[in-house]
Amino acid sequence: MAEVTGTARVKRGMAEMLKGGVIMDVVNAEQAKIAEDAGAVAVMALERVPADIRAQGGVARMSDPDMIEKIQAAVSIPVMAKARIGHFVEARVLESLGVDYIDESEVLTPADYENHIDKWDFTVPFVCGATNLGEALRRINEGAAMIRSKGEAGTGDVSNAMQHMRKIGGEIRRLSSMREDELYVAAKEMAAPYALVKEVAETGKLPVVLFTAGGIATPADAALMKSMGADGVFIGSGIFKSGNPAQRAAACVKATTFWDDPKVIADASRGLGEAMVGINVADLPAPHRLADRGW
Amino acid sequence: MKVGVLALQGDVREHISSLIACGVDPSTVRRASELDQVDALVLPGGESTTIAQLAEVFGIYSQIKNRIAVGMPIYGSCAGMILLADEILDAKQGQKSFGGLDITVRRNAFGRQVDSFESDIPFADGSSDLIRAVFIRAPWVERVGEGVEVLATVDTHPVAVRSRTLFATSFHPELTADHRIHRYFIEEVARPALEKVK
Repeated sequence: MAEVTGTARVKRGMAEMLKGGVIMDVVNAEQAKIAEDAGAVAVMALERVPADIRAQGGVARMSDPDMIEKIQAAVSIPVMAKARIGHFVEARVLESLGVDYIDESEVLTPADYENHIDKWDFTVPFVCGATNLGEALRRINEGAAMIRSKGEAGTGDVSNAMQHMRKIGGEIRRLSSMREDELYVAAKEMAAPYALVKEVAETGKLPVVLFTAGGIATPADAALMKSMGADGVFIGSGIFKSGNPAQRAAACVKATTFWDDPKVIADASRGLGEAMVGINVADLPAPHRLADRGW
Repeated sequence: MKVGVLALQGDVREHISSLIACGVDPSTVRRASELDQVDALVLPGGESTTIAQLAEVFGIYSQIKNRIAVGMPIYGSCAGMILLADEILDAKQGQKSFGGLDITVRRNAFGRQVDSFESDIPFADGSSDLIRAVFIRAPWVERVGEGVEVLATVDTHPVAVRSRTLFATSFHPELTADHRIHRYFIEEVARPALEKVK
């Protein structure tokens, strides 16, 4: 009776269990508890939420292990943490801390502008961002067990997340309608491995769970993303940069479950107080756009 | 027989596929009115804290408890096992369960995600074939009450238990193509219970 850890099924299966849920960014144990009490399916432990990274600038790195361990001790739900793109030593450190999922994230400053982490080499599963299907399949080819569409993190502007969900969905639908002999060129054009392109064409979906992230700030935003085919949502700055985090967090959880019921979303949206102020993505100069990071 | 899958959060789709493979026509259950339409229920894998909370907020919590009390057949995998347990260890403060199954479960007993594993284990349904069991941040059973039958174990810890109409596994058969566990629930737990009622 050999017990095998770190299999693709165990890694991808973990993401299946998060479906229909909300994963919330938290910077300390107190916030983590608020998130858990509000019904979050997991928390993302990080030192600064994207809105602060954006405001303060500088190089953003993996969080302090002490801080991650305090959050792990405070909650019973899964704890995720971010490593810089390509920084496989940060990822090893996070794995040794026993985090449940690593986000190889464009929100942190990249450590490698050519390569991502070889994620097959780890027991802990990884989630990676993608703006289109080719990028998603390249990450899966490197071993990502979950994909999140990228949005413009720390803005509270959902337009980028929307654009990328439409793009990924549209490209999947396009592959499904192709003749089999056209898939070779499709794979070449999207710079993705042929085997994965063929799999997506046959099944009409990604081989891993697809969440969405970046700019989600309200219950209606969360429901919008579910309606676009996301299996669940990440909410970063949107909760703890708002007037009433506990109530807003619970409202986003409700709206994610009842994404197709406007009455529930309306009730969840009542009296939440100030949403995060937000930045229009269109006002951000191109070099400051995080979603463009990743290759 | 109408079988529902509680669809507040978790791997609902996988359970739906497994049930279809067993020849039943499952429906999703999020509202009290949808629960009224089904004879048996599956509680999926997911986050037990999230599912319990949503069940309470949307007024389906006490209704599920009532249906359990009158003998509704229910199968729970992983989080579903926790939701059926009378007692939970390592719970979130104030965490609720539907209860009904006289067991004590320990949440995340096998460890964090890096300790999640799969393994071939025996399952006591009369077949000697092993079953591929996938454990993800899985609970185990620390105490079984009177009348609770242990159907599978890992290192002496019960991981599949049954008491009358309630059946639970700490692993995820819905993640594999082997539908033996779902078939066991339909044919050995749900069908006999529902025929007796008729």
